[in-house]
Parts: sequence; C-alpha cells; structure tokens
Amino acid sequence: MAEFDLNNMNDLYFDALREIGNIGAGNAASALSSMIDSKVDMKVPRVELLDFKEIGEAMGGEETVMAGMLLGIEGDLTGSIMFLLEEKSAHILVGKFMSHMGMPVGTGNEGEFNEMEQSVLKEISNIMTGAYLNSLASFTNMTILPTVPALAVDMAEAILSVPAIQFGMVGDRMLLIQTAFTGDEALNGFFILVPDMPSYGKLLSALGVMQ
Amino acid sequence: MAEMIKVGMADLKLCISPNSITTLGLGSCVGVAIRDTGNKVGGLAHVMLPDSNEIKNNVNIAKFADTGVAELVRQMEKAGARRKMMVAKIAGGAQMFAFQNNSQMMRVGDRNVEAVKKKLRELGIPIKAEDTGLNYGRTVEFYPESGDFVIKSVGKPVKTI
Repeated sequence: MAEFDLNNMNDLYFDALREIGNIGAGNAASALSSMIDSKVDMKVPRVELLDFKEIGEAMGGEETVMAGMLLGIEGDLTGSIMFLLEEKSAHILVGKFMSHMGMPVGTGNEGEFNEMEQSVLKEISNIMTGAYLNSLASFTNMTILPTVPALAVDMAEAILSVPAIQFGMVGDRMLLIQTAFTGDEALNGFFILVPDMPSYGKLLSALGVMQ
Repeated sequence: MAEMIKVGMADLKLCISPNSITTLGLGSCVGVAIRDTGNKVGGLAHVMLPDSNEIKNNVNIAKFADTGVAELVRQMEKAGARRKMMVAKIAGGAQMFAFQNNSQMMRVGDRNVEAVKKKLRELGIPIKAEDTGLNYGRTVEFYPESGDFVIKSVGKPVKTI
C-alpha cells in the first residue's frame, strides 16, 4: 500500500473523502431525524486542507461557542471523530430530544448545559457518530467502532485545537471533512473525521482510489 | 491609532507599544507573551506542540514550544528588545476533553506548558504570571506598554494577570 501524505492530496482523494462525508453524514441526518421526529437535511460536505490559522474562521469564528463531542475510533480504522453543534443548535436539539423522550425540558436556548442536558448531548453524539461510522464501515467493509464520547462547550478554536494538534504532528495543515445540517429550525452542526495517518491509506484503498 | 494585531494557531508576531496583540481561543495550545520592560517591544507566540525534535515534519517553527519561543525572542532582539529586560506571561495548555485513559496525546496541554517553561528558563527569561491548565479555552490580549495580559473565557469573568 502506498504511503498517504496530506501533501499529495489529489482530486480523486478529495472526491472520495467528500463521498465518505456525504454517506456518513446522510446516515447521521436520518438517525437525527427519527430521533427528534422532525425533518433534518444535510448540506453538501466540504473537504478542505486548511492552514491552522484558517480553522477558526472556517467554523464561523474562532470565538463562536460550540458544543464539541469527541469520540475515539477503534477497529480497522483508528483515529477520532468530532461532532460539533453551535450552542443555540445544541440547545434546540437537546430540547427536542428531551420532549420527544417525554422528559421535562428545562433551561431553554441559552446558557450552560446542566448535567442532564450534557448527558443528552453525549447521547446525541453517540447516535449520530454511530450512524456515520456504521455507514462508513459497511461501505468499506471494515470494522469501525466509536469509543465513549467526551464533551466540551467552549470557543470553536479551543475545541478544534485538539484535532489540530493531531494534524500538527504530521504536517502544517488540517484536513477538514465538514458536513452541516439544517432542519425546520436552523441547525448548524459539523462532523470532523480525523483518521490517524495510516488509516487514510486504508480508507482510500477500501474506496478503490488508492492502490 | 493603536491597533490590535492578531496571531493565529501555530503562528507568532511582534508587537510594539502602543499596539496590542491577541490570539483567540487557546485550547491545549499555549500563548507565550514576552516584552522588553524598558522599550516596550513585545510579541506573542501561539504554540501547539511541545517539541520539534519529536516530529519529522517541523518546517513551521512557530508550531513548537522550543523553536517557537526561540524564534519569537530572536525576532524581538532584531527589533531592539534586550534579553536581560525581557519578561514573559503565559496562558493556555488546557485539557479540553476529559477522557478515562490519560494518554500522552491527552496530556498535550500540560506538556506544552512544561516545554514553554523549560525554553524560557534556558533563555533566561522570567515568567511573571501564568494562567494555565484546567479544562477551558482562553482568548488572550497582551499590552506591551503595561505588560497586562488579559484573559477571557466562556462563562467566566475577564481577568488580567
């Protein structure tokens, strides 16, 4: 298997990774839709190699407050996957989820998430990244399993420093496979898939674009 | 008119009074602010990894604590700052996500802080104040005139160290 290097990205690789984003996020959108019993659409994913300086702006501003859920990936593919929601979207989604489950809905659309709401956010990220990775697994015929999620509600740049540092160990740019959602109410969410470097090769080979 | 200079992730810049300099949303990265207390020549580095020797691809020297701090000091000296007059303040190095397994990767915030301190000690630059660790992001603003290092976090009062 050829060694993958972010400096050798070509159109074929970009297209393949965009397709992964499409399929994964499409599945996650359906899972979300049935979870809250309302319509959720997905925008066409963006696949970009960004300088570290550009990351925050690409997410709508370095200081935009977001809920970031980070899960490790284990199995044939290793790395991590991050699911991000803008704070307001996270509140809307948590509210919808809780009312759909018949749970009493508390604090509304602003401020800190209480303990119950944090658990709900983690559960949402479990369901969504589970759907994303499942579709990726069946598409590539690999075993791909998410680990338990961890949550941070903070500035976008601070949350994204975590995947950025992983990219920083191998280069000076970060590959962003970014997928946004829209619903009845505006829901801005993003997935960032961060395969470990050896996993890129496996992924692109499984997709048939790399020998 | 004084302006506010912006430093991105894995980046460093000089700042001469009356201007000020900022970097937004430090997570596990560390912001290193240095100034000459006499002539008010200052600068800020936003480093993301501890050690350039551990990494094969190390072209961007601003990315690492060791080479980033050294380069900032070199540029400051070129701009007229004197090593003996330099003092530093640092912030960041948080652990953004609490994981069960305390792997090397997850400790990168702590390791960044340690590496910055080590480099500053080697260069003989004292640390006047720090706001590091814990689990939240920090935006910092540095004023070389007064040495004020203003730290802003989500849901917390602004503090000046």
